[in-house]
Amino acid sequence: MATASSAIVKPARRGATLSQRRMIAGLLFVLPAVIFTLTMFIFPLIMTGWMSLHNWPLLGQATFLGLQNYVDMINDHQFWASLWFTTQYTLLVTPPIFILAFALALLVNTALRGVGVFRTIYFIPVVIGLGTSSLLWVWLLNDRVGIINGILLDLNLIERPIIWLVDKNLAMFAIIVSIVWKTVGFSMILLLAGMQAIPDELYQAAEVDGASYWQRLTHIMLPLLRSTFALALVLSVIGSYLAFDQFYIMTRGGPQNQTITAVYWIFNNSFTYYKLGYGAALSIVLLVILGVLSIIQLRVLRDETTY
Amino acid sequence: MEATLGSATIHSPASRIRRRAGFFALYVIAIILAALFLFPIVWSTLTSIKPPSEASASPPTYLPSSITFDNYIKLNKYGAGIARYIFNSASVALITVFGTIILSTLAGYGFSRFQFPAKNVLFIMVLAALMIPFQSILTPLFLLMSMVKLQNTLIGLALVYITFQLPFGVFMMRNTFDTVPREIEEAALLDGASTWQMLTRVMLVLVRPGIITVAVYAFLNAWNEFLAALIIMTQEANFTLPIMLTSVRSGYYGAIDWGALQAGITVTILPCIILFLFLQRYYMQGLMGGAVKG
Repeated sequence: MATASSAIVKPARRGATLSQRRMIAGLLFVLPAVIFTLTMFIFPLIMTGWMSLHNWPLLGQATFLGLQNYVDMINDHQFWASLWFTTQYTLLVTPPIFILAFALALLVNTALRGVGVFRTIYFIPVVIGLGTSSLLWVWLLNDRVGIINGILLDLNLIERPIIWLVDKNLAMFAIIVSIVWKTVGFSMILLLAGMQAIPDELYQAAEVDGASYWQRLTHIMLPLLRSTFALALVLSVIGSYLAFDQFYIMTRGGPQNQTITAVYWIFNNSFTYYKLGYGAALSIVLLVILGVLSIIQLRVLRDETTY
Repeated sequence: MEATLGSATIHSPASRIRRRAGFFALYVIAIILAALFLFPIVWSTLTSIKPPSEASASPPTYLPSSITFDNYIKLNKYGAGIARYIFNSASVALITVFGTIILSTLAGYGFSRFQFPAKNVLFIMVLAALMIPFQSILTPLFLLMSMVKLQNTLIGLALVYITFQLPFGVFMMRNTFDTVPREIEEAALLDGASTWQMLTRVMLVLVRPGIITVAVYAFLNAWNEFLAALIIMTQEANFTLPIMLTSVRSGYYGAIDWGALQAGITVTILPCIILFLFLQRYYMQGLMGGAVKG
């Protein structure tokens, strides 16, 4: 170690200058992460593209197909149905998350004593796993032992238990409720961070000018929160578009494959039917859709913030 | 409510009373919401300590009539026993935590403090995984894992999780190193510290908050992840807790043991909640640093 340290202080004798040594040191520091990314991320990504051009069974020889997998998608009824279902789900789950997240953020941004405790409680479902929370909700929603039916029956709101998860629309509603419970805290914290970044003086100045609470909310807070909203929206929309766990566990894609999402359809092709090439082609299409979605959302945001 | 959007300097007594009433109403709303958010978790935990017959009672009962751990004993009869699944989940999570910390800290230090060719390209490449969902590369990852015989191993699953965690970890650690003033390094350099000593003796202490943040995320994501574990682990003895729970839910011959399921859910979610309650500050810093700035 002594020789190494002296080498840093004075330039080494043979050729390597201090800046060259630091260059090599820097490369060595980032090398493990770079190798990891190359083998476990970049390589599989390229491999997805390559596999998508093949008929690729789990065992046996892959055969080159060209773009046939992509052509096959056009006639794959379930592919279009799952894209449409995922889109419906995303459109339906996003508004309740945002309305409730905004209301909760306003609530935990107040000067109430103990407000930190409430903030923590609303956030807790975020830190448990989606798979586990989906199982929890399967039980809560169960028609025989579930407490949700139990409470609705006790309150005389229903006459017999509702079988939530075997009807497409009821299942969609129930799953949205469970996802709002599970994820709203995340958007709440993002919005709260945005709210706290707005200087108090702006509100005080407006209040002196006689602006009401509602006016301060709509004319100061909401415009200044626009970029936070956009960020939270992008994260939430992409997350919803990748939905899998909740449908795999809560409805198993049923009834009659009506609740199969895009990722679920990739999963079925790759790991149930072992059509790995077709699954890869579906993955590439999903990647393109998500890329386009985030570009559109970020564009819309930029146009609006520049006025 | 008034207090939320800045407060005016002068208040009449009447407005103070209105303000009190407003605060009271807010408390009531906040408490009702808190009860709704906590209810599923609390009721699940309570059900796990009910006698098994009560846990499967229809219609359901609210509070346990007596406290037993019979559901946990029944849970232990599934597959290879609950201890095995806790061990699987904990091993995968800990390997992921240590792997992510080591790789992210080294890379964060390199990207923050050194100049080298293709630095920006490499940085963007590592971060690119943030924009590309892992769901889309699972098929080749699965093949890669079977090729190198790591399919169905705890190490293999942990390697996949480390890959998913790296973009956030490297980004977080680069930013954390960026906040350390350069004067501290210069002083250490004058004292004759080598680059490696600088990192291990001087910098590691200063970037500890960043490391804890990266560790908390790595642990929670590895402990909770479902889809990759479902694909990589095909033998029951290697399942992690969330996958094992789905087989409890499937039950024996279609009859679901609801009490055992609640015991399993409790075992799975309590570590996450406890970890979060203790390290909440670091978790939130990660959310702000990783999401808002990024």
